[in-house]
Amino acid sequence: MDWVPAISRWIHFLAGVMWIGLLYYFNFVNAQAAKAAAADGTGAGIAKHVMPRALLFFRWAAVVTWLAGAALLGSHFGAAFLLQKSHIAIGVGAWLGTIMLFNVWVLIWPNQKKLLGIVQASDEEKNKARRVAFLASRTNTMLSIPMLYFMAAGGHAQLFFAS
Amino acid sequence: MNNPLDSLWGTIIAGLILTLILHLAVKAALGA
Repeated sequence: MDWVPAISRWIHFLAGVMWIGLLYYFNFVNAQAAKAAAADGTGAGIAKHVMPRALLFFRWAAVVTWLAGAALLGSHFGAAFLLQKSHIAIGVGAWLGTIMLFNVWVLIWPNQKKLLGIVQASDEEKNKARRVAFLASRTNTMLSIPMLYFMAAGGHAQLFFAS
Repeated sequence: MNNPLDSLWGTIIAGLILTLILHLAVKAALGA
């Protein structure tokens, strides 16, 4: 057994499930629930007790997923990111995952910090932050669909791409 | 025109369309 790729693959799956699971929780459950809770005045608990904890696991699971994926690619990292024929499917998946990691740390988390009061922001800044964080999260949900397709296709070109 | 990402179904359909486009691009790149 080659321990590094085996353990990397396992951790990649574990952290990936946590990352994308929380992404789907935010988009399929929380967005609508928070809107309904705000309407009946019960939203404060979600913002105070749920979101900070969910975002903590979300953003760090994204990092662990990417690092474990990079370790898993090992010496094929360059071939994947350069979209060489031999690794093009996993390369497309890796690029999509990398764009999603960027969205988490550059667009979602800094704007969520304003919404959760971790960083001071005016009402106008909060409204803008809410829209940017929402669209980045929805973009990641959209990108997760092809990303998971190409993760599944990695190493199975015959199954996915043969005529 | 509305942003498809404002609705969950719009997001899912956009993701499926992107998957199809990338699938065809990779298939063409592989010459399959």
